[in-house]
Amino acid sequence: MSEHETINITLKVWRQNGPEDSGRFETIPVADVDTHSSFLEMLDFLNEKLILEDKEPIEFDNDCREGICGTCGIMVNGIPHGHGKGMTVCQLHMREFDDGDTIVVEPFRARAYKVIQDLMVDRSPLEKIIQAGGYISVNTGGAPDGNAVPVAQEKSEEAMDAAACIGCGACVASCPNASAMLFVSAKVSQFALLPQGRAEANTRVLSMLQEMDACGFGNCTNHRVCEAACPKEVSITHIARFNREFLKASLFGRMPMGE
Amino acid sequence: MNGYITFLFSSSIGKKLLMAVTGLCLIGFLAMHLLGNTMAYAGATAFNDYAKKLHSLEPYFTVFNIGLLTIGLVHILIGVILFFENLRARPRKYEVFKNPGGMTFGSRTMPYTGILILIFVIMHLLKFTFVDKSVIPIYQQMAATFANPGWVLMYVVAMVIVAFHISHGFWSLFQTFGINHPRYTPLIMRLGLVVTLVIGIGFGILPVYLLIIA
Repeated sequence: MSEHETINITLKVWRQNGPEDSGRFETIPVADVDTHSSFLEMLDFLNEKLILEDKEPIEFDNDCREGICGTCGIMVNGIPHGHGKGMTVCQLHMREFDDGDTIVVEPFRARAYKVIQDLMVDRSPLEKIIQAGGYISVNTGGAPDGNAVPVAQEKSEEAMDAAACIGCGACVASCPNASAMLFVSAKVSQFALLPQGRAEANTRVLSMLQEMDACGFGNCTNHRVCEAACPKEVSITHIARFNREFLKASLFGRMPMGE
Repeated sequence: MNGYITFLFSSSIGKKLLMAVTGLCLIGFLAMHLLGNTMAYAGATAFNDYAKKLHSLEPYFTVFNIGLLTIGLVHILIGVILFFENLRARPRKYEVFKNPGGMTFGSRTMPYTGILILIFVIMHLLKFTFVDKSVIPIYQQMAATFANPGWVLMYVVAMVIVAFHISHGFWSLFQTFGINHPRYTPLIMRLGLVVTLVIGIGFGILPVYLLIIA
């Protein structure tokens, strides 16, 4: 934690020109970083300087910059989104660092995540898993009556906790096995807990799991690192529910694929 | 029907379920083994009689051993598959990787403690199971082995390794079965610690006891 208004840091940042490039680390000193700026603002500040020097700016994903969209996500000193608890990297501030610090910045790494450029990775496998079953099929029409389907308050709270997942993919990045179980379990859970989601519960869990395995994510070995790294603090109790739903569906459910 | 069974066992969660079921069986076996070991404290005659009685329980004894071997082999095979799949899931390692919480020494070393346990089990079987017990009874062979501090140390170290393996495995198998509840998970974790200590100390203490009385 720095008490200075500005600090000088050194970035050891991953540079990669494209998906086919082998990539390398580049050490860049950054002087006069405003401690009130966020980590991404510090990168903006650096990029402006790089552009003025006629150098290639550092590519990184970002959008809302208030921790709700799930677009940003980089490894800061070996932890996805940096060391702050329950926050995304856009919410990480430079006052968390000290003058003279060397900060290692890497993209999220997994076989399923291809590096597009520098710190930007292709997290579309997460979208593919959603497409496989992360939805409910409804007939469109007039809005349903407010209390037509009763939902217990604690169930709706738990479903909301699961739905808090912003799909940033930090769970995969932090997992020693690059497993996507926390993400998929949150998506399975948010529907499994609600009556609207029960109708397709069996086919959903099997389809999503099949897609998850096909994307090349690793297997969960219950390290629990994902839960600690998750910016939305999604709990691994959802992974347990995913396991339960899987067991239920594979023993009693209809098979979604190739019947 | 085939699709269901194949998917149940070939999917990532299915493989974990197999690990959990076989792991639970192996912990169950260790509990029986530990109970049997307590006969050694009753002396040579009691232990030798117990061993003879156990081996005379045919055909149950053979069926049990084949079952145990199958369970053990499934646990090893799936473990190896998971290990290599997980290695492949991140082809490029991080330059810097920190544990933000959750990971334990036990969880991190599961594949390695597993291999060490396998080596130990093979050695242990060669030492005490696949030996001629007609001339020198098992208790006397055991007592002779553990009169050597080197063997005692080796067994104690092996039991520490087993304890670490179980320290992650016990809690983990409940999670894989889908049992995670704010009220019961802390209890399961505490029970896991008790099981770890009972198995680690329970097995580790016998060679030490035999060394002392030797």
